[in-house]
Amino acid sequence: MQHFLGLRAIRGLIPALGSLLAGAALAAPDAAMQERLAPCIACHGAGTSETEGIPSLGGQMPDYVVTQLFQFREKQREAPPMNDIAAGFSDDDLRAYADAVGTLPPPARTGDPADPALMARAQSLVAKHQCTSCHGADLAGRDAIPRIRDQREEYLLKALAGYKSNARPGYDPAMNEVAQELSEADIKDLAAYVSRL
Amino acid sequence: MTPTDKISSKPLLTRSLAAALTCLGLGAVGPYAAHAQETPASAAPPAPVKAVERGDALYGRPEGGAASKLAPVAGPPLATPIAKLPLDKLKVPDGFKIEVYASGIANAREMTQAPDGTLFVGTRTVGKVYAVLPQAGPDGKREIKTIASGLHRPNGVAFHDGALYVAELSKIWRYDDIANHLDGSEEPTLVTDDLPKDEAHGWKFIAIGPDNKLYVPIGAPGNIVMPPDTHAQIRRMDLDGKNPEVIARGVRNTVGFDWNPKTKQLWFTDNGRDWVSEDIPNDELNVLTEPGKQHFGYPYCHQGTFTDPEYGWGHSCAEFTAPTGLLGPHTASLGMRFYTGTQFPEAYRDAIFIAQHGSWNRTTKLGGAVVVAKPGADGKVAAVEPFLTGFLQDNKYVGRPVDVLVAKDGSLLVSDDYNGAIYRVSYGQ
Repeated sequence: MQHFLGLRAIRGLIPALGSLLAGAALAAPDAAMQERLAPCIACHGAGTSETEGIPSLGGQMPDYVVTQLFQFREKQREAPPMNDIAAGFSDDDLRAYADAVGTLPPPARTGDPADPALMARAQSLVAKHQCTSCHGADLAGRDAIPRIRDQREEYLLKALAGYKSNARPGYDPAMNEVAQELSEADIKDLAAYVSRL
Repeated sequence: MTPTDKISSKPLLTRSLAAALTCLGLGAVGPYAAHAQETPASAAPPAPVKAVERGDALYGRPEGGAASKLAPVAGPPLATPIAKLPLDKLKVPDGFKIEVYASGIANAREMTQAPDGTLFVGTRTVGKVYAVLPQAGPDGKREIKTIASGLHRPNGVAFHDGALYVAELSKIWRYDDIANHLDGSEEPTLVTDDLPKDEAHGWKFIAIGPDNKLYVPIGAPGNIVMPPDTHAQIRRMDLDGKNPEVIARGVRNTVGFDWNPKTKQLWFTDNGRDWVSEDIPNDELNVLTEPGKQHFGYPYCHQGTFTDPEYGWGHSCAEFTAPTGLLGPHTASLGMRFYTGTQFPEAYRDAIFIAQHGSWNRTTKLGGAVVVAKPGADGKVAAVEPFLTGFLQDNKYVGRPVDVLVAKDGSLLVSDDYNGAIYRVSYGQ
């Protein structure tokens, strides 16, 4: 068991070191902010997440991040280990982390571009469900509404499915409402397309 | 436990490593993951009625153009610190004074007051119900207690005979002897859960009428839809939830009502539909004169004068009860109360204060104010006047009023869910 843990620990060290290097290359010179971001970056990456199931945080507005951290703290949104991480945060901590995360650069697209058939299907879904009305013409978000373009595909898939089943109650019910009308195939198409913009 | 306690005492690399291990699923050595699987989200609502279609707030929006820039946006989850409240921007008529009554009440929505002055406050997005103690401390601040957490959109609160009634999205609870249980130790009793579970217009304003019945609105499950028989209505029921009856139909979404102190009739605000036009329809001020018999128009007729472009064909507005007052397009007219105090000048006796949360479905925002309607001798409201303004600055909100309440001393309390604050407007003191 000890041996096994040791191997896993070394495997874990590699992305952690990579993230630290990436973090050091960021423009923001504020040492305190860098220190605050380090544990976030360790899992989420310095803007772009390389880890399955863990969302990219780059390019998110602080207003959105603070709302999610609040929901983690209050257990309105279930997303281990974030609920335990946020459990002891004060309101000021939530604001400070949100501001720090807001300095991360937007994520880079990680997959290949969508094929034309998928693109056509997804674009018609985006128009039908008026995604751009809140998330912006380029789906880059604004204020408390998240950036979704180039988010990880499996994360988008889980988020939309969670809204549809109400397993993820939105801070505001807007996404729960709109997701009721999405089929499983729609959700697949949307996640595949939006992650490849 | 604060992040400082937990994190800063360790070297940077150790911390990142621990987090990285945690994210790889190595819960045994991660500091955070030990309880990762517990605490299912108690706030998760059950699936809504599937028969409802087009429940999206954006349904009906025209393609492209300036309309594509409009969308509802929920306020922040954290209360604004008292020093940053927009008090210096808020304006009241000459002779009146406005001050901060309580702050740090994130997402403060409906209010109700006990005879001892304790104020109870519901919330929509943060799942909490608060109590504000009546006496300010030496620092001028009133203590805030959290009575309940983890509720699902507990917007509605009503105090009655020592008990606090709390309305979640689809459940109503009663907290008995609440004055002695402000610490949240009282287990509530379920009054009813026989309510639809739709998120759209699902949060509730509640009140107990002069007939000792509980009044509960059920909004239309979307912007403009043909509502099922169970929706777009106001119900009343016994205080134990029994004998529910529909007393008003054709009500799109009322988030505020009160009883006329003279006639004892129910007056209520109703939010008009979106996406028809920048300028119509108006939100409505309605009077229920014949409980159970009146239909107030939705989805066929809006503001008493204008048939819906989709559902209005084959109908005339004459079939429905017209509003007694018009409250402006998209203003989100929510909480309303008759002024039953004596502190304000004579002209305000039995006038109606109305909190307007402010528009989202309009390029130039409108609302974001408390207005006052003074019904004439015929009971009609010819005009509404601004009373408390300044929440809207350069087409941006610096605060958003949700509810008004005539306090025991005759002052007017105003809740602001954007800042998580309650203001007190008083006269001549």
